[in-house]
Amino acid sequence: MKPINSVVCMKPVPDQRFWDKVSLDKKTKTLRRAGIPIALGPLDKNALEEALRIREARGGKVTAISMGPPGTEEILEWAIVLGADEAVLLSDPAFAGADTLATAYALAWGIKKLGGADIVFLGNESLDGSTGQVGPQVAEFLNMPHVTHVSRIELVDDDTLRARFHIEYGFIDVEVKKPVVLAVEKGINEPRCPTLWGTVWLRERKISRWSADEIGVDKTKIGLSGSPTQVSDVTTIELKRKGEILKGEPSDVARQLVQKLRAENVLPKG
Amino acid sequence: MKEHKGVWVFAEQRGGKLSDVGLELLGIGRKIADKQQEGLAAVLMGHKVKPLVDELGEYGADRVYLADNPLLEVYRSDAYGRLMQEMIQQYKPNILIMGATSIGADLAPRVAAKVNTGLSAHCVGFDVDDKGQFVGQVPGFGGAVMASVICPNHYPQMATARPGFFEKLERQKGRKTEAVNVDVKFKEEDLSIKVVGTFREEVKTRPLESADVVVAGGYGVGGKENWKLVEELAEVLGGGVGATRPPCDEGWADLEGQMIGQSGKTVRPSLYIGVGISGAMHHLVGIKDTKVVVAINKDPNAPIFQAADYGIVGDLCQIIPRLVEAMRVSF
Repeated sequence: MKPINSVVCMKPVPDQRFWDKVSLDKKTKTLRRAGIPIALGPLDKNALEEALRIREARGGKVTAISMGPPGTEEILEWAIVLGADEAVLLSDPAFAGADTLATAYALAWGIKKLGGADIVFLGNESLDGSTGQVGPQVAEFLNMPHVTHVSRIELVDDDTLRARFHIEYGFIDVEVKKPVVLAVEKGINEPRCPTLWGTVWLRERKISRWSADEIGVDKTKIGLSGSPTQVSDVTTIELKRKGEILKGEPSDVARQLVQKLRAENVLPKG
Repeated sequence: MKEHKGVWVFAEQRGGKLSDVGLELLGIGRKIADKQQEGLAAVLMGHKVKPLVDELGEYGADRVYLADNPLLEVYRSDAYGRLMQEMIQQYKPNILIMGATSIGADLAPRVAAKVNTGLSAHCVGFDVDDKGQFVGQVPGFGGAVMASVICPNHYPQMATARPGFFEKLERQKGRKTEAVNVDVKFKEEDLSIKVVGTFREEVKTRPLESADVVVAGGYGVGGKENWKLVEELAEVLGGGVGATRPPCDEGWADLEGQMIGQSGKTVRPSLYIGVGISGAMHHLVGIKDTKVVVAINKDPNAPIFQAADYGIVGDLCQIIPRLVEAMRVSF
């Protein structure tokens, strides 16, 4: 059985517990994220877990890759603590402002510089943008087939694996030859927890940082200038309503509510 | 003269039945096409799907690009992606929208990368701005912010749209459409993905998205026993039962069919009653277009009270039975 080399794409996202602190700069139409800690998307942990399990079963290597400003290495440290063999952060001001297409392009070139992969794993979507677009687009730039919403993987033989594409109210089982890009969903596994050994491991492994020049990308295809989509306006959503609190004993408030709802004409006709 | 013309909608079908989202997109697509003074086309791929052409016409498509081939029987990203790329290169549409279903959200980004264009994800609104530019409304950060996304210099301008956000046009029986047959030039051996099995669960209940009354429960409901009260309230109102994520994780509710919010379903009933729901942004954005929102929660500081029209602070075990009683009397 041939060993399998996996690359896991991970995304630094603003910590969800601080999302209500994200504010809008009305003048520049950009989001102020300063002071909001970076976290690892939950599905990235499932993607990494799947890669680690495959290495345990078949041997090979697991490499984590991410794109982000300096300082976002910490999400790659997580990957190393859990057992990734190496990690690389694509970091360059030229990558900033990338939409999914420009992001996928840069990641694909990073993966090429790593020497490619038998399987590229991603979480099916990120926590913040949740577009789910980067996986299929990385696959296109690497000229590999892709499967998203993967809820089960089975290795068939040296070249082939079977993946379950989970769709609404069902699934499609496919067989696909490596190399392949797989975007996994939550139910696929239970991610492991860090161990003391992992932190020792971290000291011995280095996280590389590569610039745009180092991965040899076409600079017109990365960052803001390489992004076909543009944000022309950003607004916050107003969800405030009347907020009228009904007071009294339970049977009393129940009666009041029914009256109000009848007046609003939203109760089904009997 | 602009080279790229026409609004295209991907008419997703499964097992020879059109998905609702494709028909909904024909509704909004019709409006955009009229504003742009361009035609509206549906793209239909599958095997033995020719009978669906008329239905697409009756829901607003002026033209249907039909690719009918055994290789397309079940969706796979390489076959559908390749064919869509060939069609785009041949017919040069201006705008292409697809449903953000698992299949649409899998296909659209691949196609966008193939033809080197931008893609706005999971839009909840579409418009054409003063410059005649196609604009997609994209929610972010769990729905807290809404971005208007444009794609000014690449074609087609692509977007996926959340199911349930747009209304189908009224079906015009007998409305004519032009069918354009599209040849499939590749063979099975050119494809790297092989379908080895499918499973499809028949959905019998009315989907939550189209329910007129929705009663939803959160973690505050407290347990499977109390969940029955939520269901009872929904039943007396003839409504659907929704949930936030924790009850789905706990197994009281079904994740796929019942979760409401940014990563779940979007509902737009006349009446929504949230029980034991604190009111996280991700959930509230999924009920944004409800006419009247009622919140029942024992925590007076729960944020949902701000986002509700009527609030009741109290224990659901006390409130719901009284409410059921009062409603029964009322009908």
